[in-house]
Amino acid sequence: MDKIPILRMGPFLLVTIQVDLYDRLALTLEADLVQMVQKTSARGVLIDISAVSIVDSFMGRIIGNIASMSKILDAETVVVGMQPAVAITLIELGLPLKGVYTALNMEKGMNLLKSMIDTSGDDEDTDLSDDDISTE
Amino acid sequence: MRIPTCQTMILALSKDTIKVTQEQDVVFLKNRVKEVAVKIKMGLVNQTRLLTAASELVRNMMRYGGGGSCLIEVVSSGRSNGVRLTFTDKGQGIPDIEAAMRDGFSTGKSLGLGLPGTKRLVNEFSIKSKVGEGTTVTIVKWANG
Repeated sequence: MDKIPILRMGPFLLVTIQVDLYDRLALTLEADLVQMVQKTSARGVLIDISAVSIVDSFMGRIIGNIASMSKILDAETVVVGMQPAVAITLIELGLPLKGVYTALNMEKGMNLLKSMIDTSGDDEDTDLSDDDISTE
Repeated sequence: MRIPTCQTMILALSKDTIKVTQEQDVVFLKNRVKEVAVKIKMGLVNQTRLLTAASELVRNMMRYGGGGSCLIEVVSSGRSNGVRLTFTDKGQGIPDIEAAMRDGFSTGKSLGLGLPGTKRLVNEFSIKSKVGEGTTVTIVKWANG
């Protein structure tokens, strides 16, 4: 069965969705990701959906679920690279993805995650430039 | 000679029926809908709207109707072309369509956005259902509508 790879990078988990999700694949990703958060004590999850051309209400719910589940396991989730057409469709569909952090691209998403962890954890790593950190 | 025109006349230019009974069929169906949309030069945002709508309806058909079939048609209203999709299942049917069309209503565990959300994404939407006999949903998305 197909699986979406989850990569570990320091305190973060990276997921790049390169195929159009179908229901079972999305559910598998949800379960795998939450387990990986616990196993690796990850502080953040970055999901790249730049190659995803359709997000319907089911996929939207899975993305929201992943964010909420990670949150109660003490990890933040940032969704990056959403296509403009997908954003339009999600809002028209009635799914504003409240509570999910988003960033335009991988780099901005990474900066956002770092800034969120810095403010909640130790402040050792302060050489981040704050001006290009995008907020929600 | 005057050619009579009719605004509401919709002509079907091509027809294709796809049976959907398992998950692989869903992927196949989405690809076919996309092909047709590209062929009539539908814009990217409208393509996304149509495919998302199709995705919602095909899920409903699988979950509540136990599978069914989808008729894909290229339609023309004279001035513009569009894609018409007709989803038919022989499932349990919807007892209260009015409730099903309301945001946030669901008999399953979903968000209840499928039907009302789909309606917002397409140009024309009609639903017919009879309890115990099945449900038919028809949507039309114009290439530049």
